[in-house]
Amino acid sequence: MAIEARNVSKRFGDFVALDDVSVEVESGSLTALLGPSGSGKSTLLRVIAGLEQPDTGAVFISGKEATVLAPQKRGVGFVFQHYAPFKHMTVWENVAFGLKIRRRPKAEIRARVDQLLDLVQLAGLGKRYPAQLSGGQRQRMALARALAPEPEVLLLDEPFGALDARVRAELREWLRRLHDEVHVTTVFVTHDQEEALELADRIVVMNRGRVEQIAPPRELYDDPENAFVMSFVGPVNRLGDAWVRPHDVELRLEPNGSTQEAQIERIVRLGFETRVELVRDDGERLSAQLSRDEADELELEPGQIVYVRATRQRTFSA
Amino acid sequence: MIGRYLLRFGALGYLGVVLLAPVALIFWRTFEHGWHPFWAAISNPDAVHALKLTLEVTLIAVPLNTVFGILCGLAIVRHRLPAMGLVNALVDLPLALSPVVVGLALILVYGPGGWLHGLPFKVLFSFPAILLATMFVSLPFVVREVVPVLREIGTDQEEAAATLGASSFATFRRITLPAIRWAVAYGVVLTMARSLGEFGAVSVVSGNVVGHTQTLTLYVQDAYANQFNETGAYSASVLLALLAIATLLLMTMFRPKEETRGDRGA
Repeated sequence: MAIEARNVSKRFGDFVALDDVSVEVESGSLTALLGPSGSGKSTLLRVIAGLEQPDTGAVFISGKEATVLAPQKRGVGFVFQHYAPFKHMTVWENVAFGLKIRRRPKAEIRARVDQLLDLVQLAGLGKRYPAQLSGGQRQRMALARALAPEPEVLLLDEPFGALDARVRAELREWLRRLHDEVHVTTVFVTHDQEEALELADRIVVMNRGRVEQIAPPRELYDDPENAFVMSFVGPVNRLGDAWVRPHDVELRLEPNGSTQEAQIERIVRLGFETRVELVRDDGERLSAQLSRDEADELELEPGQIVYVRATRQRTFSA
Repeated sequence: MIGRYLLRFGALGYLGVVLLAPVALIFWRTFEHGWHPFWAAISNPDAVHALKLTLEVTLIAVPLNTVFGILCGLAIVRHRLPAMGLVNALVDLPLALSPVVVGLALILVYGPGGWLHGLPFKVLFSFPAILLATMFVSLPFVVREVVPVLREIGTDQEEAAATLGASSFATFRRITLPAIRWAVAYGVVLTMARSLGEFGAVSVVSGNVVGHTQTLTLYVQDAYANQFNETGAYSASVLLALLAIATLLLMTMFRPKEETRGDRGA
């Protein structure tokens, strides 16, 4: 195990940030800590980095107990939400910082920094100051800086949170490729389920300071352990006691034994996907997700009466 | 349109009447008979001694208050101890208190019957008292400049340095200090200006012995009020004004640099 948090609890005054959390992260994996704000995911990351001390519990990094170890000695690279660039240093000096602190030979520093700037596609921008970079460039600089001392684990706090949608998508893909290349154990915090599903090998879903489920993306989506995970990972309809994903709602123009009548309220076309918002005759609202071809074939119109059926649904005991 | 001109001329007029005219008059009266009387007046041994004393006090008080100011600012912003609120309020005391009161307070502490009366060396009416009074009145400036900047930069950069392996001292030297350096410089200039110009507290505790415990501000007052030596008073005033102008120039030199370096970018 590259990282292990064992029964970690942390309070800030009355607020319970982490409540008996245990998480294991495999070497070389890319793990997401996913949860709404206040779920404790950032606190867990900071506890792993040594930036917060847990009240109880233990942290192990590469098999060694690190609970009371100072952040300097943990061998972790940390990328902060707002990148925390050293504003008075150039990009090059920022990346070189961790190596200079370790008093590595000058030639080695030069070679390593140049190689990293290349890797994060910032070669040629080394003389700029962070204020002269775009958000995405600053993010990549922060990544290069964290990778420079060759950390055993890389921790990223909401790495794409402060970027606009297009840059986010680009950087996400780029980070995935980088991880495949560098193979450093990586943990990132996100509140965006799509980001977690797309990037991570394993996802830790957190809520109110507790771990709800730990699973690979597909298992998490298909086989959520409870209602929170079901509703947080992907869109969901709640029909009485049952939970149904929009793509598991089937629409028919004619009733059959198992269908229920519903009226179309709104049709939203999102490129390839069409979302149909419906009100059932018992007053329950739900949305169905269809491909564009399916929707075109049915010739749906707002106000139309259709017949719906859940092809797949789940119930959870409270 | 008219409003804007009114505002502009109003501000300039106010500055002219309140600030520029009195200072300009001093310069004019000093140099109305050329350089010679000025030079003669300030090369008088008593004036030279007063200038020396003022500079000595300033050169000790400013570094001490700078170091204290930085440490105190760090303590107030970075260490959330319950006592820090009190410290934060206390730092402003010298701004609120009249310097004369500061002088009297020092006499109560070090004078006959005071807590610290009877130290092996002389405090009151000698160099230590002048220094203490100057340090007291010039204490808040570095703290006041540094605290808001420390708050603004936050702890992100310091935490980043820690995760990159930097010790607390290396983090302070390579990250925190460079980030607050213009605030420190600005605070130093203000501290210096206040130390050079202090009159009230020093006049109470120094004894004002000519050629001994007389600072430059005390010399000006003495020459004018007691010796009827107007040229001497004006010349020493001009000297003080020149020192003040030099520190002001230093201050304005610091400011544009801060903006062109792009340190303030998000």
